[in-house]
Amino acid sequence: MIRALLALLLLALPAAAQQRDTLTIGITQYPATFHPNIESMAAKSYILGFVRRPLTLYGQDWQLACSSCETLPTLENGLAVLETTPDGRPGIRVTWRIREGLRWGDGTPVTADDLRFAWEAGRAFETGFGPAEFYRRAYEFQSSHPREVTLRFDRVTFEYASAGDFQPLPAHLERAIWEADRRAYRSRTRYETDTTNPGLWNGPWRIAAVQPGAGVTLEPNPHWNGPPPAFRRIRVLTVENTPALEAQLLSGQIDMIAGELGLPLEQALALQRRAGSRFAPHFQPGLIYEHIDLNLDNPILADRRVRQALILSADRAQIVARLFDSRQPVAHSNVNPLDGVHDPDVRQWPFDPARARALLEEAGWRPGPDGIRRNVAGERLVLDFMTTAGNRSREQVQQVLAAGWRQVGIEMRVRNEPPRVFFSETVTRRRYGGLAMFAWISSPESVPRSTLHSDEIPTEARNWSGQNYTGFRNARMDEILERLPETLQRADRIPLWRELQAIYAEELPAIPLWFRADAHVWPPWLEGVRPTGHLNPSSLWAEEWRVRR
Amino acid sequence: MIGLVASRLAQIGVTLAALSFVAFLLIGLMPGDPIALAIAGDPRLTAEDAARLRALQGLDTPILARYAAWAASVLSGEFGHSRLFARPVAELLWPALVSTLLLLGVAVVLSAGFGLLLGALAATRRRARGAVDGVAILAASAPTFWIGILLIILFAVTLGWLPAGGQSEEGGLDAVRFLVLPVATLAVAGLASWARHAASALTEALSAPWIVTARARGASQHRVLWGHALPNAAPPLVTLAALDAGALVGGALVTETVFARPGMGKLLYDAVMGSDLNLALIALLLIGGVTMAATLAADLAQRALDPRLRDAP
Repeated sequence: MIRALLALLLLALPAAAQQRDTLTIGITQYPATFHPNIESMAAKSYILGFVRRPLTLYGQDWQLACSSCETLPTLENGLAVLETTPDGRPGIRVTWRIREGLRWGDGTPVTADDLRFAWEAGRAFETGFGPAEFYRRAYEFQSSHPREVTLRFDRVTFEYASAGDFQPLPAHLERAIWEADRRAYRSRTRYETDTTNPGLWNGPWRIAAVQPGAGVTLEPNPHWNGPPPAFRRIRVLTVENTPALEAQLLSGQIDMIAGELGLPLEQALALQRRAGSRFAPHFQPGLIYEHIDLNLDNPILADRRVRQALILSADRAQIVARLFDSRQPVAHSNVNPLDGVHDPDVRQWPFDPARARALLEEAGWRPGPDGIRRNVAGERLVLDFMTTAGNRSREQVQQVLAAGWRQVGIEMRVRNEPPRVFFSETVTRRRYGGLAMFAWISSPESVPRSTLHSDEIPTEARNWSGQNYTGFRNARMDEILERLPETLQRADRIPLWRELQAIYAEELPAIPLWFRADAHVWPPWLEGVRPTGHLNPSSLWAEEWRVRR
Repeated sequence: MIGLVASRLAQIGVTLAALSFVAFLLIGLMPGDPIALAIAGDPRLTAEDAARLRALQGLDTPILARYAAWAASVLSGEFGHSRLFARPVAELLWPALVSTLLLLGVAVVLSAGFGLLLGALAATRRRARGAVDGVAILAASAPTFWIGILLIILFAVTLGWLPAGGQSEEGGLDAVRFLVLPVATLAVAGLASWARHAASALTEALSAPWIVTARARGASQHRVLWGHALPNAAPPLVTLAALDAGALVGGALVTETVFARPGMGKLLYDAVMGSDLNLALIALLLIGGVTMAATLAADLAQRALDPRLRDAP
């Protein structure tokens, strides 16, 4: 009898293992497009991570690496060569060689033609690819081998080896559509009209089914020549409402929640407390920099002493401990501690209300009868404090900070707006009068030119582009931001980065709060998922994901 | 009758044209065009990129010119693309409409059926009236999302009998399992108005002289209620059904969100919030058109049920 039961159990074991050939992942956003070069959004990056491989990417160690190229170009290995452009400017030619055996899902090899097509489409600005700066700079395409391409750039930056969004597009499927009508290519591309065509994908999986707005189903790409993926099917479901997402996780409908587009940290912490043993939560600190921009055109905030008083009376460590279970590192500048160029010796402002009060006194703000400070003209020290309405976590933080600032005599008028209005009108057009709390995401060693250079202050004349929303003007900072990209040796850039962080921490165009952590929720039987914390999602290494034995 | 239908159809056409114009202006003038949002999210977009992308999406032309171009395109049968989902609008609307019709259709049938039963109970049994009112008040005052979450916690998370949300990929019986909780949520929410309207209309009908006559002639309670009272109580209930028809196409945003179920409500919400002008307008016009057509149908049904209305203008 016992033998019979054991035999039954042994028979049942493979059946249980077989059930694990499907992985269902929940995310909170659905991509607006599947075309790799049109629009950048996190949901698209996450899904395309399974089905495409870029030429280069940032690895889990935050270092640039090859994904579908063979060797990362450097000046030392001769794949990058400094030269002069035809009009006499300093330029560089960079060569990438596509990994051997890389094929589209229909068996067609990925070749230099696919990169030539991507370059031509990107250079034809009517195609409507998003940021065109890369294509503007890459003025000539050369190819002397079916798997080798060389681009000539009219500007030399330390990021020359990164191909960024320059990714192969299947010319055998897409070129004819693009040539027929370049302006209509955005809507006629097979990435939108025939998304399940295997020839569009060159990663370990391909998109096998699409439910617009609801999710996609992935199946293995039979022509993938890398490590074979462990799952026969991956379903990526979009559930925008996070309580509904959590309910689907708890009911077993989905196996995991991707941290890149998952639960807010506080919800994940609550889930961990309630049902931690059923899941393997992982909190990955990342590049999302939560901060408060200060409008420096406001005469109150133009005074550096007031800005320093604000940070001295903001108990950021306490907020992180109480609200986020100390899972998010307090930020002391705009550079993440995980980034190789972070300066650990950068000035760290403590929580010191007494010093904040002294600074405000020095700046001419004396306590008034209602506890709020006044200047000699009798004006009250009142500032507008804005953030995205409906973001519970930010609104909580806002309340705590406003209460703290009131203690030192600064009144905050809370004026929150829906994200759509806040980002597209108020912040972008610098219509906030005082403080604006939001987050930035960047890539490793990303030069913050757009947020700190005085040329990047948004104005109507420049179509409101640029992200220097604080209106920060600092000649030395401008100089550093111009020199940094052109300094090719990392060792030479480090002192510049240190100085940049020192100016930032001293001048405080923004109040650094913390670096956000992504909350990944995995099933205990899944192993091999390695989140990065930066813009390259964990799905780019999904062929390493395995069922724990 | 033909003249009435023709004139009402003309009214519907004019109303839809006005609705499209007003909606186009309102959505088009909402703060935050898609390029402004893209600029805020991507530091690599330059002033040149912003101008180029605005021109590509036609956002650099005056809003009235954009409306004229859009209206001409729709009148020629070309509904265009959704900017948000990068697909033809018709391709998006159809599955959303089917999903919503299925979800809300079953929910309306259930809430109307149970509502009529509760209304009849309240109208015929004085003692039951308090209990029926209690049920109606409870159903009316419980927020839909709360009912939905309670049902999910009980039947999906705790008992594990039913899925917590989403849509079936297999169809058949599996699809029914996915429908149970959202339908129950919506049916409970709709129950209150049906029960109260039915109770009030049936109570009024049951006190009419012809009911006394019917009883005097020996008609059973069952025949009196369903054969005599209900047809006379029907006109206000037909109006209620017509109002439900609009909601039927408009979708149930809260339920669709809580149960992560694609549908018209969610699609319209996403389109408006994502500045997808074309998708939002076509969806709005569809909802408006069906609501007006249902109102016309209710009007005609009321005239058929109540001879006194036949000569009304």
